[in-house]
Amino acid sequence: MTLATDTAVLPSADASLPTGAPVVFDNLTRRFGTTTALDRFSLTIAPGELIALLGPSGCGKTTALRVLAGFERPDVGRILVDDKDVSSVPAQRRNMGMVFQSYSLFPNMSARDNVAFGLQLRHQRSAPRRLRASELLDLVGLSEHVSKYPHQLSGGQQQRVALARALAIEPRVLLLDEPLSALDAKVRAELRDQIRAIQQRLAITTVFVTHDQEEAMSMADRVCVMSRGHLEQVDTPAVLYSQPATAFVGQFVGVSSRLPVTRRGANVDALGRDVPIRGDLAGLPTGDLEALLRPEDLDVRVNPGGLGVVSHRSFFGATTRITVGLGGATLKIDVRSSEADELALGTRVDVSVTARDVLVTTPQPVS
Amino acid sequence: MASLELSTLVADPSAIDQPYELDSPLKKRRIRLRWGRGTILIIAAAYFILPFYAGMEYSLQRPTGGFSLTPLSQIASAPGFGAALWLSTQLAVITMLGVMVLMVPTVIYVHLRLPRFRRVMEVITTLPIIIPPIAYSVGVLESAPAWLRNSQYLLAVVYVILAMPYVYRSLDSGLGAIDVKTLVEASRSLGSSWLMTIWRVLVPNLRAALMSASVLTLALVFGEFTIANVDNWQTVPVWIYLAPTDNPRINTLVAMIALLATALVLILIVSLDRSQSRKSRRAQ
Repeated sequence: MTLATDTAVLPSADASLPTGAPVVFDNLTRRFGTTTALDRFSLTIAPGELIALLGPSGCGKTTALRVLAGFERPDVGRILVDDKDVSSVPAQRRNMGMVFQSYSLFPNMSARDNVAFGLQLRHQRSAPRRLRASELLDLVGLSEHVSKYPHQLSGGQQQRVALARALAIEPRVLLLDEPLSALDAKVRAELRDQIRAIQQRLAITTVFVTHDQEEAMSMADRVCVMSRGHLEQVDTPAVLYSQPATAFVGQFVGVSSRLPVTRRGANVDALGRDVPIRGDLAGLPTGDLEALLRPEDLDVRVNPGGLGVVSHRSFFGATTRITVGLGGATLKIDVRSSEADELALGTRVDVSVTARDVLVTTPQPVS
Repeated sequence: MASLELSTLVADPSAIDQPYELDSPLKKRRIRLRWGRGTILIIAAAYFILPFYAGMEYSLQRPTGGFSLTPLSQIASAPGFGAALWLSTQLAVITMLGVMVLMVPTVIYVHLRLPRFRRVMEVITTLPIIIPPIAYSVGVLESAPAWLRNSQYLLAVVYVILAMPYVYRSLDSGLGAIDVKTLVEASRSLGSSWLMTIWRVLVPNLRAALMSASVLTLALVFGEFTIANVDNWQTVPVWIYLAPTDNPRINTLVAMIALLATALVLILIVSLDRSQSRKSRRAQ
């Protein structure tokens, strides 16, 4: 089946659909017993923006989404939607469409009835309701499956019906709680593009929770990286990758190698080269530190007398990732595949740092 | 790979051409199992069918020999039967409504908000089986308000307690087969109230469980003798055992019909349960 991923093939946006609402998480704290799931979490989302909440399990991203949806009440703080405090508004009155991680279609209803359910609750008459449901199923590429029941649909199809159902109520905010995590890689990539295309077409404010950085980076306008209930950094995918604000972001987003370095004022000595330290120097100890380096921040050359040894190679098509053991460090370096032939396993090499500046952190204890 | 000889993949290629070994231990075990099951089925069937046959024979046999269906037509006109059937039907409907109104929201609440309380609920709902019915019959009578104490409907209150173990288990297993939390949250995010969520989303997906709970409640009300007898109300079971009739064969016939109806109803529950399991397997 061909998915309606190209915006050109999507039906034109309904003029009656409101554009997205601005959303503000204002200093939210939510505790479960002794666990603090959200710790003074603040975030502002612009109208029509797709923001991804990214982080490892237990970082509080799902709790933030559930507080926004109205399924959890914050202990402290407020949620503002359209500049109105909705913290105490029950979930059913918030007008937010949500797609869940697990399949959430009502098993007793056909695809069309699932999509029309929210409209029925809003007392829309039968004929326009069914028409709208069919239009939305067409939008997600399921016009041939309107009469099918959930158990007759594949996982990807079910999630697309769930998306159509969430959009049917013309929500002020669309909430996506890891909607792709139960799907196989190919369907996942297709649906990812489709969700993004529809979201942009309808200009709906969307909060997307995921633990998959590739998903977050490829779909979101901005990515909010979370750890232990608080916000680590929120920025565009490009800035997050190239200028991580914290060591956690540097390590969690993209691939990083940790290289032992020695601080000299505002610089570090990294493999014999003085490289400026990125970010705030206040609070940074002197002496031994570790630099976080992206695969493209390093260069590798064959040298029979070199101190590094190639220990692993991964072929990615245009590039090949070479892993080099150097002293106690393990460095990952991307090279053009055409140049990788000479870097066979066991080859002795020299490694140099090519980055303009580096993010440094205190050395990680050896476990 | 296409040129790879099959013999290189199989340790003993000659084994491929050999017919299935009839005397293999696996085959023997299967035959033993089949025999075992068959024997148990025959004994169980005999345990049910022989008394049933004896009862039917006693009820339908003419004194002059041969069988007649005339006693069937005499049931309706038997003294007191109509009133007993009406009372039992009323009690069954009230009990079913009462136990559902009480248990459906309770079990949903426990599943959603107090999942750790499920074990406690299991124990609590088992109590009516452990405590002798006569004990809480007296308890209910003592604690009931005066206006209800002399009413036949007080029996329904006792039956609601009696039906609780069966209804709880049916609903608990029905709710266990669906993702209640996600369905409820999906429904609420679309604008549905709690009542609407229960009515439009959960109840239709609990149809088999509700049907099974209703049927078990019905069977319980139509089979309960002790409490109705102690409280001096003539329900169908009390009528069967105690009503003075011109023809005692009719009482036996009613008992046999009740037995048959219960058996059919139980078969219906099992079929519903199987179809529900198949559906949930397909959905997964």
